Amino acid sequence: MAEQTTLATTGNSLVAEAFRQCAPDVVAAYPITPQTVIVEDFAKFVAQGRVHTEYVTVESEHSAMSASIGASAAGARVMTATSSQGLAYMWEMLYIASGLRCPIVLANANRTLAAPINIHCDHSDVMGARDAGWIILFAETAQEAYDNTIISVRIAEHPDLLLPVMTTLDGFITTHSIDRAQIMDDETVKAFVGERTPEFALLDYEHPVSHGNFAGLGGTFFEFKKAQRLAFDSAMPIVKQMGEEWAKICGRPFEVVESWGMEDAEVAVVVIGSTAGNVRHVARELRADGVKAGVVKIRVFRPFPARELAEALKNVKAIGVMDRSDSLGAEGGPVFLELRSALYDMGCRIPMIDYVYGLGGADVRLELIREVYTDLADLAAGTPAPLGITYLGAK
Amino acid sequence: MTTFDIGSMSEWTAEQYPRGAVIPEGGTSDQYVTGGWRSERPVRDDDKCTQCLLCWVFCPDTSVRVKDEKVYDFDYDHCKGCGICANECPSDAIVMVPEGCELREAK
Repeated sequence: MAEQTTLATTGNSLVAEAFRQCAPDVVAAYPITPQTVIVEDFAKFVAQGRVHTEYVTVESEHSAMSASIGASAAGARVMTATSSQGLAYMWEMLYIASGLRCPIVLANANRTLAAPINIHCDHSDVMGARDAGWIILFAETAQEAYDNTIISVRIAEHPDLLLPVMTTLDGFITTHSIDRAQIMDDETVKAFVGERTPEFALLDYEHPVSHGNFAGLGGTFFEFKKAQRLAFDSAMPIVKQMGEEWAKICGRPFEVVESWGMEDAEVAVVVIGSTAGNVRHVARELRADGVKAGVVKIRVFRPFPARELAEALKNVKAIGVMDRSDSLGAEGGPVFLELRSALYDMGCRIPMIDYVYGLGGADVRLELIREVYTDLADLAAGTPAPLGITYLGAK
Repeated sequence: MTTFDIGSMSEWTAEQYPRGAVIPEGGTSDQYVTGGWRSERPVRDDDKCTQCLLCWVFCPDTSVRVKDEKVYDFDYDHCKGCGICANECPSDAIVMVPEGCELREAK
């Protein structure tokens, strides 16, 4: 086992540490709460000479992503970080990064979108970007945020993928709370991520290429989009392989879908991000009272782990889905919609309830999660599922 | 000469395209015939032409053909008919004529 140091620190500091260890050639970033500490710490590392990165201070997130795309096309390893309105402001460039197959790694501190103005956690920002062609990882803890960031570099730059990766952690809850985590020594991370070896680098003047070409005539655009779809269809085994390689080095498991108590669970809650810990805590208490409660945590949202989820959930009698964002006007939040679709394809007709919770940092108290498990027990006993979405704890 | 043959592009499947719409080598615009964009074509009067080569200097598509320091033709496969050559010619030796009428008009 490689040398690791145990620290008590914040998720943001750990992500900045992971950035330093992955040694990006270029970081172009703009500060925004609650992500600011990542780029602030990283700027300090650059100033101290602890990492040799071209640090581009831009005037907006739109420019941050634009500069990242240019640098990535030039052949550089590029990392950046943002949150909320910043991610929204990057929106058009997110599609360009993925369409041009720029393996950029973006750390997102999950925060809601205005209005009304609010700086606290939910998943509205990242879920709004879920169709932008980025691989998306969620961290439950600061430790996972650190590990996911390192794994992201390998996934993004994998020669069969070349897809940008969004590695996310929950705003304030994970970005700012002090958590116990282990960090790897620099040499081990350096050996794990290796160097980027671009196939077509704009700065390779011996082999001139052009990026960002027009594909408007003759229908070629359609085939480029199909090529992106094919890359995503092949991504899951690569995501798993990269995660498992890192798991072997650091000794912490990597599972795209993490099951707790699912061997014999009758009721299960599906959750993403920091709330998974609270749900597990409640499930553990309920187990002591004889309730067969299970928890399924999604760590990789894109590509969506449809088969893994169906496999984990196929034997339960009722499912509660925790959505920390809404898809207004749709039949449920993003996690619910995708999960129900995945189960339908696998032939599972398990009753499900969608809970939208914690919007704008609304407190997710343990009694609310107990309420979810009580609903699920009723559902398992034959009470019909309520129509529409339940706003958990909203008055 | 380039090795990236775009002539067969219409037959390619999604797997065959270079990733991310990259054109993997230089000089491929030679294979991309843009003459069909033209609505007017330049026609040169050899009697008026003084061989000053200003048309060759100004053409944005390197479509003025020169041999032994003399203009002898236009590359109609790539000339988009912008008319800059006709505009720059100090001897009025180049006129732009509507596509398809060049034989009648040039007389």
